[in-house]
Amino acid sequence: MSPVNVRRWSWIHKWSSLVCTVFMLLLCLTGLPLIYSHEIGHLLGNDVEAPAMPAHTPRADIDKVIATGKAMYPNKVMMYMSQELDEPAIWNLTLGDHPNDEHYKSIAVDARTAQFIAEPPIEGGGFMQLMFHLHVDLFADVWGKLFLGFMGLLLLVAIVSGVVLYAPFMRKLDFGTVRHGRTARLKWLDMHNLLGIVTLVWLLVVGTTGVINTLSDVLLKVWQVTEIAEMTKPYQGQPVPAKLASMQATITRAEAAEPGMKVGFVAFPGTPFASPHHYGVYMHGDQALTSRLYKPVLVDAQTAEITDRRKLPWYLTALLVSQPLHFGDYGGAGLKFLWALLDLATIVVLGSGLYLWLKRGRAAKAAEKQAAREAAGAAPVLAREGN
Amino acid sequence: MKTKRAIWAMPILLGVLTVVGLLLALVGDGVWDLVSVAALAVPVLVGAWYAFRPAQSPH
Repeated sequence: MSPVNVRRWSWIHKWSSLVCTVFMLLLCLTGLPLIYSHEIGHLLGNDVEAPAMPAHTPRADIDKVIATGKAMYPNKVMMYMSQELDEPAIWNLTLGDHPNDEHYKSIAVDARTAQFIAEPPIEGGGFMQLMFHLHVDLFADVWGKLFLGFMGLLLLVAIVSGVVLYAPFMRKLDFGTVRHGRTARLKWLDMHNLLGIVTLVWLLVVGTTGVINTLSDVLLKVWQVTEIAEMTKPYQGQPVPAKLASMQATITRAEAAEPGMKVGFVAFPGTPFASPHHYGVYMHGDQALTSRLYKPVLVDAQTAEITDRRKLPWYLTALLVSQPLHFGDYGGAGLKFLWALLDLATIVVLGSGLYLWLKRGRAAKAAEKQAAREAAGAAPVLAREGN
Repeated sequence: MKTKRAIWAMPILLGVLTVVGLLLALVGDGVWDLVSVAALAVPVLVGAWYAFRPAQSPH
């Protein structure tokens, strides 16, 4: 590569990294506990466990499950209910003052007895909630997300320009060379290049999927105003249902329509995942990949008849597939541990990059000092000997 | 002066292993998770090996 090109790419690498580094350090630090949010929740005693019962205990009428939630919060409306694949004995209910209430309540109800089990802290409680928001939206909702998404784009630019610069820096070095014993700057430059190239593909994937995730609100909005609007067009102008149809009937019909799939979550009328006239029943499979891919079944909230069901558009499929690749939660404890190690390595890459910039042109600075000293009339040689 | 091949052989190998590791766990469960962890562990171990090995004598 010609010297001019190296300088050009160095400039791109320097500025794209400098702008995003502080935020990327924040994301790496807050991401670390988020990798282990499940385990941390367990340690904090926030786990919700259903009482042990024989495997084939019949399940309670889902309308009774909802009644339990309504009895606890008589003035609130149902927003969502959901179920984890590995915990079918629990229904998680979300209730709010209105369908878009940010200060919602979340409770766990036994799916077999319709008895209240627990009210786990929202988003894992104080510490995890702080980590979550610092990682996802900086407490600034969609604009915070989009801002972090832009920082993520800069990170991708920094990664690509870093790869371009890797070759000229490694022209005379074996892979993995770390030059100890010369200057600290040289050692950290080598460390930056080594850990940067080792984490390269992982960080590209986690960075790209992170950027995609920041678009979640926007993509959901697009879907609402296009496909959901289209599916619910016949209902336009009609009054919203005063009394909601049976959830048991709704889920039974949805499951009959999608054999082999299970309910992941149900969005109640008025929430972003439904329409004012519909339940949004989101079905998923039970395999590694199919459990990530939801299929929406739109059910008339007055009659419990299925209105429409279709595949998710490609951009929401992309969003859903990108999530595990960002979270690292899809391959057991081993994968999580590697995620944490790679996260730590990334912190070193970011930190060493920052260090290299702070120590940049030491020679230039030294010359400046020298000039200043001379200007002040000091004897530079003596001053040096005095050190 | 190193050839392109000498510079890029290792990064490409580690990159391919990373992609394999990331994708296998996504499409399969059980034993695939183990294969995936093994593949993704290689770049981590290689990085750790070179980063933590004691200073080499200058040649």
